[in-house]
Formats: sequence, structure tokens, C-alpha cells
Amino acid sequence: MSEAPETKPTPRPSKFLEQSVYRRRRLIDAIKLLPTLGAGLFLTPALILGTGAGSTATRLVYFFFCWMVLILLCATLTRALSRGEEG
Amino acid sequence: MVTFNILVTVALVYVAALFAVAFYADRSAKKGRTKWLRSPLTYTLSLSVYCTAWTFYGAVGNAARSGLEYLTIYLGPTLVFLGFWVLLRKLVRIGRAERITSIADLISSRYGKSTALAVLVTCLAVTGTTPYIALQLQSVTLSFAAFVPSEAGGNLADLNSTALWVAAGLAVFTILFGTRNLDANERHHGVVTAIAVEAIVKLVALLAVGIFVVWGVSGGLSDTLQIIEASPVAEWRPDAGRWVGMTFLSAAAIICLPRMFQVMVVENEDERHLTVASWAFPLYLMLMSLFVLPIAVVGLAVLPEGANPDLFVLTLPLALDQELLAMLAFLGGFSSATSMVIVAAIALSTMVSNHIVLPLWLSMQGPKATVSGDVRNVMILSRRISIGAVLALGYAYFRVTGGTAALSSIGLVSFAGVAQIVPALLGGIYWRGATRRGALAGLIVGFVIWGYTLFVPAIGLLPDSLMQNGLFAMSWLRPQALFGLVGLDPLVHSIFWSMALNSVAFLAVSLVTFPSPIERLQGAAFVNVFSRGESGAGYVGGVAETEDLLVMAQRLLGAREAQTLFQQSAKDQGKLGYLPDPTPEFVSTLERELAGSVGAATAHAMVRQIDGNAAVSVQDLLAVADESAQMLEYSSQLEDKSRELEQTARQLRDANDKLTALSVQKDAFLSQVSHELRTPMTSIRSFSEFLMEGGMKAPDRKRYSKIIHDESIRLTRLLDDLLDLSFLESGQAAMNDQTASLHDVLDRAVSSAGASKGAMTVRRNPADEQIELRTDTDRLSQVFINLISNAQKYCDAQAPTLDISVSEKQGQVDIDFVDNGSGIPQSQQSIIFEKFARLSDHSSAGSAGLGLAICREVMARLGGTVSYLPGQGGAAFRVSLPRRRVAEAA
Repeated sequence: MSEAPETKPTPRPSKFLEQSVYRRRRLIDAIKLLPTLGAGLFLTPALILGTGAGSTATRLVYFFFCWMVLILLCATLTRALSRGEEG
Repeated sequence: MVTFNILVTVALVYVAALFAVAFYADRSAKKGRTKWLRSPLTYTLSLSVYCTAWTFYGAVGNAARSGLEYLTIYLGPTLVFLGFWVLLRKLVRIGRAERITSIADLISSRYGKSTALAVLVTCLAVTGTTPYIALQLQSVTLSFAAFVPSEAGGNLADLNSTALWVAAGLAVFTILFGTRNLDANERHHGVVTAIAVEAIVKLVALLAVGIFVVWGVSGGLSDTLQIIEASPVAEWRPDAGRWVGMTFLSAAAIICLPRMFQVMVVENEDERHLTVASWAFPLYLMLMSLFVLPIAVVGLAVLPEGANPDLFVLTLPLALDQELLAMLAFLGGFSSATSMVIVAAIALSTMVSNHIVLPLWLSMQGPKATVSGDVRNVMILSRRISIGAVLALGYAYFRVTGGTAALSSIGLVSFAGVAQIVPALLGGIYWRGATRRGALAGLIVGFVIWGYTLFVPAIGLLPDSLMQNGLFAMSWLRPQALFGLVGLDPLVHSIFWSMALNSVAFLAVSLVTFPSPIERLQGAAFVNVFSRGESGAGYVGGVAETEDLLVMAQRLLGAREAQTLFQQSAKDQGKLGYLPDPTPEFVSTLERELAGSVGAATAHAMVRQIDGNAAVSVQDLLAVADESAQMLEYSSQLEDKSRELEQTARQLRDANDKLTALSVQKDAFLSQVSHELRTPMTSIRSFSEFLMEGGMKAPDRKRYSKIIHDESIRLTRLLDDLLDLSFLESGQAAMNDQTASLHDVLDRAVSSAGASKGAMTVRRNPADEQIELRTDTDRLSQVFINLISNAQKYCDAQAPTLDISVSEKQGQVDIDFVDNGSGIPQSQQSIIFEKFARLSDHSSAGSAGLGLAICREVMARLGGTVSYLPGQGGAAFRVSLPRRRVAEAA
């Protein structure tokens, strides 16, 4: 029986590139999800909790906290995206 | 105590500073120093035009009345900006690719460049914005009044005149900086920079008041929270309907408000700015709303009962003897009001003038208006008048309803009005099936329901009986309980019905109607804006006369810009000169270029006036039908190839035409030369024979010798011309650079050509001619003489006139020679510069047809060109010369 020819997997020089493209796509996905997250954070307290308990001061702190988190998240993601574009 | 006069002075100084900023920014932009002007920071700050006086003062009032509800006004835009990748990026890309000038233009352009839609959206925008402008004027007058409460009653007239002065001042500012460029799609650097400065002022003002309240009055954060808990505001509980409804409204408003569209899409410099604005603008909004509730709560606690909470930002520092802080707050409110009014006036005036005034004017002028009328001036004038009219309307509205509660609720009413555009807008950019009729139906239904259930009741025009019993006493038509839906908040009720029926009408009518070809093309271009690159698929009807198009474009874009565009297009097609073939690509490029000034609908109508009403071609329809991306890619490769082939073929065809024409001309010329040589030769021979015979009287001999002499001079001149030309062509002629003023060279040429005393009037503008040239002035003058004597010989007007005009741009001097004769027919324009060329019907003029050929060679040797300039009303030649600095050449 003849020896099976040596099958060396051909090196794929584009592997790194593909990975970066993949990362970029997921980054864009995350950015696209931001408004949904925002809507969830901003609208559910009013819809679900409704007229229920909870002090106004607490709500105030809650909204500004969420707001800040969303802004930071968005800034981080978009910066990562533009860095990817340059590099 | 701050008096009324001090306040007026402060406001005036502030306005003067704004003028200075805008002026400086415009000048920097002109000089190309635009690093700051084009930064993402400036873009983000200019978006703050969203925060008007209504949000600056009114948010606190709103918080005092209904707790955290004011937050919704900022949360909606925050969500839209967080989702910029999905919506705003596409809007901005479309805006740039299609050169959109306003929200009305966007809708009209998407739905087949429909004028009806443009007019409808414009009306909607004007209806929604006018009360809003009135609101800004009211807030300025109220803030003046807050400083002089004791005299308030007596000063009512003063306050009204304050509003008038503010409106007039804003009109001047807007006209000055908002109508600088004719191209509405160009950036208004001055305005945008001023708005950005105002954004900083209002943010700083509100933060200063807030910090003072929290740390100066309440004693820190936790104490403030305790005060909030203890105040009546703590009783507030969110109403789910209003909460969601208002968040939706503000999200819709940030996309559809004319002023927001203006700063966000039209003034956008670079798509990447959006990436920064996506988090920076929400941050700005967050900072603007950070201290609103504390100010409201402390105001309620500190100020006497019955104080207007809408003015807490101002009255709280005043009551606590912080006059400087109050002044700052006053400027903040003033900034908010003025920036809103300025941008709204620009946006509305562009819409009104492009979609209402200009189409009316064009239809009044008859079919040839685009060629003969002075569209440029009409446009500028109509935009200026529109600005004045918009502000006058706002002022009138303020005078009629000012001070009533009707005005303060108008903010949300206005938002709900422009939100009616949302279905048509979103449908237009995501759904290719959306049609013009669908959009019209949706907009009309939404507009009517909004007007009936919200707008008209809000401004108090409906009688009580109608409010109670409904239209025609039918209870299901009650404005605030439509179809028996009772128990809802009036605002939510109106949003619900108008948006629901608007969307249903839009979708249903779109589904059952069939779009016209041009709608389908535009739809594809809008929906697939990212996959199709910068330019959308254009639609072109028939084949227009390029020269007519040039004449029209010159009137709209300005002569030089139009000529550059045409020249570039001709070059892309592989042709020389100013007249490209009217291919579909070229006409759609031109249409987009014009759309930047007058909007898509009008530009389309104007081009159509020239090219006639041709139907869409089969290729255009195929382009629509081509759905698959591979097909597109493949066909675009083919297109490239065929374009290349087409270009080569065109060049070959041109060359062939030229050769054929030349060969005919050459045969004619050979016989002409033989004839020209033979005639003098014959007379020289005969007269010299007479002389040889002798026996003549002295005067006769003299006369015969003179004839021989003259004829030999003629021969010599002909041979000189031929020699000169071959000398120039072989490249042996040396050019002697000299320095001289263009004015002197022209003077010399005009008098050498004998034009100064001939029948022809020569018109020049000596001021433009003061340009020092470093070139071979003798040769240049030879060219001028040739052109001037050509005009003398061939201009067939009753009173021949020659205009010589000089202009300079980018280191190039252009000298145009334009006469008022019948010009040179297009078929001949390409061969007049060839040797031996001469126009057949002018054989009597006695030249051998070498003059222009020599001119061309001379100019080529001088590093310039001489070319025929079509579309100027007569024969027109342009001599272009690179301007070399005297020092450089020396």
C-alpha cells in the first residue's frame, strides 16, 4: 500500500485578517444593540413599575447612572471601532 | 440692581460677539483654515440647537409640575444617537450622496423628486415651527421681564418691542451668514461656529446655576436628594403612556425637526463625526438635564408660592442676590433661543424658497426660464425674503398668542407635528416598496389628525361645544376622544391616533399602488446607499443639448464653477473643450450638482425642461431590476470596460471626424494657396512686363511699381505665416520672457488691430487687467491681435461689440474675448484651431486660415491654452495663461 501523500494544511495568511474582520462585525453588532439596551433601561421602569413604589430621588439616581453607563459603553465601543479602522 | 438698560447692553455685546465669531469663522473657512471648524467637537456642539429656550427654562418648569417627566425629552434623542449606526449613519450618507438640502428635499427626492411632497412637508414644517419661534421670542421677553418685575406692567410695550428687535436682529444675522453660499448644501461655517459657541454658553450657564443650587444653597448632593424627597415633586409617579409617548416623540423630533436635520445632515462635514457625536451628544444632553430637578425643587422651596417655575433658572439666583449668575443664566437662555431661531430660519427658508417660491417663479416664466432668467439672483433674494417672512410670522404669532398658556405647551405639539414625517422617512430609506402616493396619503392623514386633535385645540381655536360634542355633534369625532377612545392624556391620544393612522395609510397605499420608474430608481439609490457607493443610480430622460445645459448651469452655479464641471466631465469622457456628450452619467451628475442649490425636485424639473419629456430607457429599468449583488458587481466591471471602450471609440470617432474635415479643408486650402499665390504672381508678371516695354509716363510707372510692391508684400506675408507656423511647430522658436502689465499688452493689441478706431466697440475692465505677467509679451500680443481682428472680420452683428474680460484663479489668468455676433456653430468648433481651417461661408475675408492655428501653437509654447468658449451668446475665445510670479521666473 502506498503511503498516503503528506497533506500539509496550506497556511492561510488571511487568518489574522479574518479574525479582525470578525471582531469588527461583532463590535458593530454591539453598537447596533446599544439603543435596545438603552430603551430597556429607560422605558421598563415606567412600564413595569408604573405607579408602584420607589422614591423620586432613587429614580433620578437610577436614570443618571444608566445614562452614564450607556455613554461610556458607546464611547468605548466606537473608539475601538475607529482604532480598528486605522490599524 | 441690574436695570433693563444694562441687560439690553449685555445682550447687545453678546450678539456683537456672535457676529464677530461667525465672521471670523467664515473668513477662516475661506482661507482654508478649517481644522477647528471641521472638528467632531464643533459638530457635536452644533447639535445642541436641539436644546432651545423651551428646554433651557421649560425643563425646570416641567420638573416642578410633573417630576422626572422632563427627562423623556432628552432620553429619546439619547437613544437615537446611541443607535446612530442603524439610522443616522444612513441618513447622513444619503444626504451627502444625493446632495440633500432639507428634510422636505429628502422626502421629495426619495419619492421620485415629487414637488407635491416637498410642498406638503414644507407646509408641515412651517406650521410646526412658527409657534416654536414665537415661543423663543416669548422666552426672551419673559427673561427680560424677570429682571424688571416692578415695572413689568408699564413696560409691556417695551417688552413687545424687545421681541421685535430680537426678531429683526436674528433676521439680519441669518441673512448675513446663512445665505452666503448659493449652494444650500454647502456648509455655513459662520453659523455653525456661532451655534457651537452658544452651545457652550448655555451649558456653562445651566451648570453654574445647578452647582450653585446644589452646593451653594442645599449643601451638597445627599442633602439635595433629601430635599427632593421632601418636596411635592416626590409625589410624582410615572404615567407609562406619557413616558413612552414622549420618549418616542423626542426621538422622532431629533430626526425630523427641520433645524435638527439642518445641523445633523446638511451641515455634516464628515461621516466619522457621527461616531464621536454618538456618545458626546448624549453626554451633552445628560449634563444639560443633570441639575434640572434640583433647581426645580429648591425653587419651589425658596421662592414664594405662585412664582412661575418656567423662570426658576433666572429668578432663583435673582432671589438669592446672585446677579452675575442670573446674568449668565439670562445669556444661556438667550443663546438657546437665538441659536434655535437662526438654524430654524435657515432650514425653513431653504425649504420655502426651493420648494415653493422657485417652482412658482419657474412656472410663471414659461418653459425657457432656465435658459434666459437670472435664477441665481432670484434664489438668493427668495431665500432672504423667506428668512424675513419666517421670522415675521413667528413674531406675529407671538403678538397674537403671547403670554397665554397656549404658547408654553406648543413645544410638544410641534414635536408631534414633525413626527408625522417619520413613517415616510423610515419607510423611504429601508423599504423599496414605499411609494409616493403612500407617502402622500400617510402624511396627509397624519397631518390632518394631528391638526384636529392637538394643534388646533392647543392654540385655542376650537370652540368649547366642538371639544365637548365633536365635529357635527358626533361624539366619536371629539378631538380628544377620537373613535370613543376616552381616558387618555390628550397628547398621547393624539400621538396614538395620528401615528397609527398615518402608518396604516402609508403602508396600505404603498402596497396597492405602483411606483413610477424614477421612484424605483430613487428608492433603490436610497435603500442601498451603502452598497452602491457614493452616487446613487441616476435617472435621465432624453438627450439634452449640452450647450443649453451649460447656459443653465452657468446661471445657477456661476460661470466658472459650471465651466469647470463641464470641462472635467468632458475630460472624463476623453474629450477636449467645454462640451461633454450629454450621456446619462453626465446629466445625472449635473442634476445632483444643481440639486445642491435648488433641491432635487426643482433641479430635475429644470433639466427636464431642457431635455424634454423622454421616458425612462430600457437600461434604466434593467438597473432597477438588477437585484443581486453579484450581478451588480459583474455588470459594473462590464460597465467599466464598456466605458473604456466607449471612451476610446469616442476619441477615435472624434479623430476620424477631424481628419475627414481636415482632408476636405486641406484640398480646399491647396487650391486656395495656389490661387492666393497665383493672383499676386499674375499681376506681378503682367505689370513687370508693362514696365519692361518702357515708354511710360512717370506717374504710371510709379503706380505699376507700387502694385508690384504690394503684391509681393502679400506673398511674403502668406509665406511668413506658413514659415512661422512650421517654425513654432518644430519647436525652434525661442520665447523671450519679459515682464509687462497685461493692461499694456492688451492696449497694444487693441490699437495694433485697429479696433480702437474701427466700427467695433471694445469693452474692457481696466481694473481687472492690472496683472503683472512674466511671459513673451510680443507673442502674447500677437495672439490677442489675431483674436481681435478675427472678431472685427467675422462679427456679423449690427453694432459689433467685443467684450474683453480678465479673471484670475489658482495661479491661472483667463482672458475672454466675447463678441455679440452669431458665434461659431458647434459642428465647426472643434476644427477652427486646425491649420488651413476656415469657415466656408467667410472666404471673402482674405486670410489663409492660419491665424488661429498660430495662436494655438504660440499659447502652447507659452504654457497656456486658447480655446473656444461655448454658450456665451456670440463667438467667444478664452486665452488661459499660467501666472508665473515675476520673482520666480527671474
